[in-house]
Amino acid sequence: MNKPIRTMSIFCLLLFALLLLNVTYLQYVDAGNLNSRSDNKRVRDAEFSRKRGAIVAGGQSVAESERSKDQYAYQRTYGQPQRYAHLTGYYSYIYGRSGIEASQNEILSGSDPRLFVNRVVDMLGNSQPKGGSVALTIDPRAQRAAYDGLRALGPKVQGAVVALEPSTGKVLAMVSSPSYDPNRLASHDFTKVQDAWKSLNADPDQPLVNRAIQQTYPPGSTFKLVTAAAALSSGQYTPDTKVKGGPRLNLPQTTTDLTNENGSTCGGDPITLTQALEVSCNVSFGDIGLRLGHAALRAQAEKFGFDQTYLHDLNGQVRSRFPAHPDEPQTALSAIGQFDVAATPLQMAMVASGIANGGTVMRPYVVDEVRAPDLSVLDKTTPEAFRSNAVSSSVARDLTQMMIEVVDNGTGQTAQIPGIKVAGKTGTAQSSPSRPPYAWFVSFAPADNPKVAVAVLVEDAGVARNAISGSGLAAPIAKKVMEAVMGR
Amino acid sequence: MSALSSRGEPTFAHRRRRGAELFLLLLSLVVGIGAYAAVGLGVQGRVPADIVGYGGWLAALCLLCHVVVRFTAPYADPVLLPVVAALNGLGLAVIHRIDLGYAASHVNIGPFARNQLVWMTLGVLLFVTVLVVLRDHRRLQSLTYTSGFAAIVLLLMPLLPVLGRTINGSRIWIGVGPFSFQPGEVAKVLLVVFFAGYFVLHRDALALAGRRVMGVDLPRGRDLGPVLAMWAVSLGILVFQRDLGSSLLFFGLFLVMLYVATERPGWLVVGGAMFVVGAYSAYLVIGHVQSRVDTWLHPFDPHNNSYQLVQGLYGMAWGGLVGRGLGQGDPTITPLGFSDFIMASVGEELGLTGVMAVLLLYGLIVERALRTSLVCKDAFGKLMALGLAFVVAFQVFVVIGGVTRLIPLTGLTTPFLSYGGSSLVANWVIIALLLRISDQARRPAPDLTSPVEDDATQVVNLR
Repeated sequence: MNKPIRTMSIFCLLLFALLLLNVTYLQYVDAGNLNSRSDNKRVRDAEFSRKRGAIVAGGQSVAESERSKDQYAYQRTYGQPQRYAHLTGYYSYIYGRSGIEASQNEILSGSDPRLFVNRVVDMLGNSQPKGGSVALTIDPRAQRAAYDGLRALGPKVQGAVVALEPSTGKVLAMVSSPSYDPNRLASHDFTKVQDAWKSLNADPDQPLVNRAIQQTYPPGSTFKLVTAAAALSSGQYTPDTKVKGGPRLNLPQTTTDLTNENGSTCGGDPITLTQALEVSCNVSFGDIGLRLGHAALRAQAEKFGFDQTYLHDLNGQVRSRFPAHPDEPQTALSAIGQFDVAATPLQMAMVASGIANGGTVMRPYVVDEVRAPDLSVLDKTTPEAFRSNAVSSSVARDLTQMMIEVVDNGTGQTAQIPGIKVAGKTGTAQSSPSRPPYAWFVSFAPADNPKVAVAVLVEDAGVARNAISGSGLAAPIAKKVMEAVMGR
Repeated sequence: MSALSSRGEPTFAHRRRRGAELFLLLLSLVVGIGAYAAVGLGVQGRVPADIVGYGGWLAALCLLCHVVVRFTAPYADPVLLPVVAALNGLGLAVIHRIDLGYAASHVNIGPFARNQLVWMTLGVLLFVTVLVVLRDHRRLQSLTYTSGFAAIVLLLMPLLPVLGRTINGSRIWIGVGPFSFQPGEVAKVLLVVFFAGYFVLHRDALALAGRRVMGVDLPRGRDLGPVLAMWAVSLGILVFQRDLGSSLLFFGLFLVMLYVATERPGWLVVGGAMFVVGAYSAYLVIGHVQSRVDTWLHPFDPHNNSYQLVQGLYGMAWGGLVGRGLGQGDPTITPLGFSDFIMASVGEELGLTGVMAVLLLYGLIVERALRTSLVCKDAFGKLMALGLAFVVAFQVFVVIGGVTRLIPLTGLTTPFLSYGGSSLVANWVIIALLLRISDQARRPAPDLTSPVEDDATQVVNLR
């Protein structure tokens, strides 16, 4: 009987070999995956009883962990909760993380590979591992100006502001309104957290949504910058080229005409391209759009970042879009930023920023530095071109000049800053008669050496319909943000 | 006349090695008592106050086993007892750790460690009884049919209306007052005895070859009776007691012993085919088998009832290579972390290192048992040792493979580690039987040289 016994021995050996291989896979190879799953209570508990790193903006911490006396050793607190809510995000035991708390969780919680040496030292010294800190690109003055500017429009205002540094892509300010208090979600009193979560999600104004990157809106007349860029880049137009003006544009294949805001005549027919942008003439840009065709418009939009994701530091950036197969009247409407054109405030800030930076669009980023618990710098983000030559430098120069005219003599006069040349473009986008139009303003300054590019969107300020305009609501906020960055 | 020489085959003379066993036992005590102390340090920050009493009790049990083995089975394998002592000691410490965890979070379960120590004491006493009473394992052969009958009765007991109890969905328990017992655990030992005795008697008939298909001799159709019977019994356990693990264990045990007894791989082919048919139809028909398979394939699907499995996996991943350290993890999150899922608790607090050590200890038990089977001189002993080795190996594979998501989860106990009196007692008996067989197998052959004869008487012719 010894032969079958030996066979069975080999069989048993196989069983044990399988078990050993499988536990090695489970506890070594796959362990990282299992540990990073969001419903893993052990990892969460450990993170909650560990000193999580701070989130810092311009030297002041906007999220930090403080000693607490309850079941977990540390309590996450947010010093300027409403103002930074959509940047820091929340850090909740029950509902997980969002914003920087989510995207930089590894470094904040101390489990990042770059902190490996620190962890070994902590283990040998028998002390709890500590998380590293994250320094944001945010300029606190700009952030304050943006938030206060939006809030000044009223308690129920919905809108967003994004400010970029054109030469680097640094996000200098990012605000979404209405905001929320992440402290309420980070609390260790779980019943209160659940109540807060329910009320935040039930709120029709959606305070948890970061309108700057997670929602698209019809960009309206601010999209005329893209159309103008396409026109100038086509070689068929210069700023002085005469284009169609007048009160109406006959839309092909339809019986309707495209008209101007408030029945204006755009100051004549024909007018120069510069004049057309100055008065934001729908007729002119509708006509240009028809002549260029939707392919040229889409190509130009994509060069600025439409239909792409580029923001890695915050989760959930949605793509801005230009309609896929518009017919002719739809193309004319798209050229003035209506129909199915949709853009995030960040996207429109990138358009302004690209023009300001001589045609090169920088990749936007929020995380400037990542630091170890001892504050030594582990990593500093190097600015990177997202798209060089979105427009040529000469086209960028022409566009800048045209945008200066808009602020100096045209629809954007409310953004003027004494002694500094400001380039800008207003927008007032109708989406449907049932809801108020969207007020937009995009700008940068100083026009000859741009330090900041801003996009402001006011979705709903709760004011009368005829009081809504890019120049009336949005431009003053942009002005304040630009002043804050330039130290005024 | 030429003197009769001994059989003359150059036999390898086994040594007793009782000193080695004692030394290894001391190491096992270091594991058991050390783990207990580490649990106290990890959870409460101090060595438990009762460490002397607890350690003394554990040491006394081990010493008792050793002395009994020294006197009643001097040639028995010296590795088995220390390995088992180490596993049992480690299991006690981990169960104690879970007790402390439940107490700390005010969960009203347990404590289990004290009960387990009582069961271990009972197991050791039974171990001693077996070694003292049963001086030769071959005497069990006369109990072949008695064992078979007893096993059937034990297996049927949980189905009785008053006695039987359903715990965690399986009707494999009997209860008298506050005590509950799994008769199946004892039945598996009796079944090994029954199969061994039965196959020794009938192996020649069962080994007759029937048709030859693809290089394998299939058994004759008229010999299929016993296989069909066993197949039906296993399916019955699955259907009526909803106990997938035991059903697999019994049928697998039967097949393997049949194969070894007859040396016919054909039986494995026939049995394997019957297994596949049975398993597949069980999967189609029985909802709880289906849900086990679904849970195994898609543990992270929220529709599957896989909380326990997933928490066990998380625990083991959280343990990583070296573990959180005894008392430093959260093994109480995993339901049944002291019994079915004790390997997840070991993995969490002792890491991959600890899990591998435990697996190697189990591997050693199986290896020593198979070795005993190889060197054993009688067919009955060979089959018994093999059967017992397979019971341990298969049980370890099924339960640890289930917890670590190698195979679908089936309810079987982790030998010597997990909480559960019936299983612990039965496993101590298995070890006693293995020691008894190995003592017989390793004992030097009695001297068969004929005694020196007197000078031959001469016939004197008186004429």
